[in-house]
Amino acid sequence: MSTILENMNTKAVALGIPLGVHLDLTWRCNERCIHCYLDHDDLGEMTYEEIDDLMTQMADAGVFFLTLSGGEPLLRHDLFDIIRRARALMFNVKLKTNAILIREKEAALIRDLGVETVQVSVYSHRPEVHDAITKVKGSLQRSIDAIRFMVSQGLKVTMANVVMKQTRWDYPGVQALAAELGAHFTIDPTITPHINGDRSLLKLNVSREDLRVIMNDKSITSAAVEDQFIAVAPGADEDVMDNIPCSAGHSACYVSPYGDVYPCVQFPLPSGNVRQQKFIDIWKDSPQLAEVRSIRSRDLPVCSTCAHVGGCSRCPGLAYMEGNMRGPSTADCEKSFATTGVPSANMLRKAAASSA
Amino acid sequence: MDERERVNSGDIYIKPSRDIAARRMQDEMVIMSVKDSKVFSLNPTATRIWSAADGATSLREIVARDVVPEFEVDADTAYQDAVELVEELAQEGILLLADHPIGKEGA
Repeated sequence: MSTILENMNTKAVALGIPLGVHLDLTWRCNERCIHCYLDHDDLGEMTYEEIDDLMTQMADAGVFFLTLSGGEPLLRHDLFDIIRRARALMFNVKLKTNAILIREKEAALIRDLGVETVQVSVYSHRPEVHDAITKVKGSLQRSIDAIRFMVSQGLKVTMANVVMKQTRWDYPGVQALAAELGAHFTIDPTITPHINGDRSLLKLNVSREDLRVIMNDKSITSAAVEDQFIAVAPGADEDVMDNIPCSAGHSACYVSPYGDVYPCVQFPLPSGNVRQQKFIDIWKDSPQLAEVRSIRSRDLPVCSTCAHVGGCSRCPGLAYMEGNMRGPSTADCEKSFATTGVPSANMLRKAAASSA
Repeated sequence: MDERERVNSGDIYIKPSRDIAARRMQDEMVIMSVKDSKVFSLNPTATRIWSAADGATSLREIVARDVVPEFEVDADTAYQDAVELVEELAQEGILLLADHPIGKEGA
């Protein structure tokens, strides 16, 4: 991240500005990915007028980074009107899509509207593996075609590779494909629980041993993806104990297609609804967001005692999904362990409990 | 037209490029070029000039109206500094610059 953006984020946290918003325009989707954490029925999505009003409020509140996602956002017939309005409001717009509805015409329009980055999920370079994840035959080829269209238009495209059991050794192939297509590459080795709390999706996570191999693979711990990985933890000094866990609720939040506001898409703590309150009122006055903001590393009963407290990528949302927003996030414990070989306080506690 | 001629003519009109994202945080404007993701941060004086860049008001008017009274600077020096600033921003592709008013379609 550039120094200017780091300073911008620091200032946003200090001033209480919601610098970034992830707005899901729909949860409907034309793929049925086996690891997806969303329901796909339309339960009454916000209309264009509601989204227009919301984006105007968000611009007034200081939002700069606007991620438009879903579901599959291209299933909204008014997507390009929404992007046009977002760009008129001077947002930095990032679009997350499976891209299978993007052809030459759509790619040109996305470029002309000034979308800064398009992120496309690619699970494997092998069609039979990717298509088995999405449950849509031909989906990999369509996504690849779309990436070619977008890159040829000069768009910045990132291929996001979610690593799970079925795809765990395909990331080098996806990385090579990204290089061939002229796209950036990022990797995420974490499967998240369903937004309704169902944790059965976690069975798709790779094993501890496989995670260790992946997290220590020098070919992917390059500058392009290093922010996904964990450095060896620094000591737990006073500054570390005063740290905030992440930007969720501090300088960023999530809004669902139905207007529900959460601290983050991975942190489904209901904090208000923009159909009932102004966005800025929720952001400033929500008791739930206030509680999230009050938490510092020293307030985490297990993690504050952990060797990794200074360097862990602990996700408070995943901790919340485990039952306690002040508790550990087991997936991040596993990542810290995979990278360093040092078990987390949470892992030691569980081992002690199971041997007792 | 070179910089000296622009300074002397006083006919400079400025307007933000369409290929940017921008947001004001207190007295600082943060701008990102969506073409190359390059980020810029403008100081309070530059932010004043940027915020007034409507394509219709000349740079000399903007400086005289918004910069000189608030920042208590010499008008000629302030204008020369402003010309230097807008030339730099134009070179970065984030500001349109013309010797005539700029409409919706650009310079």
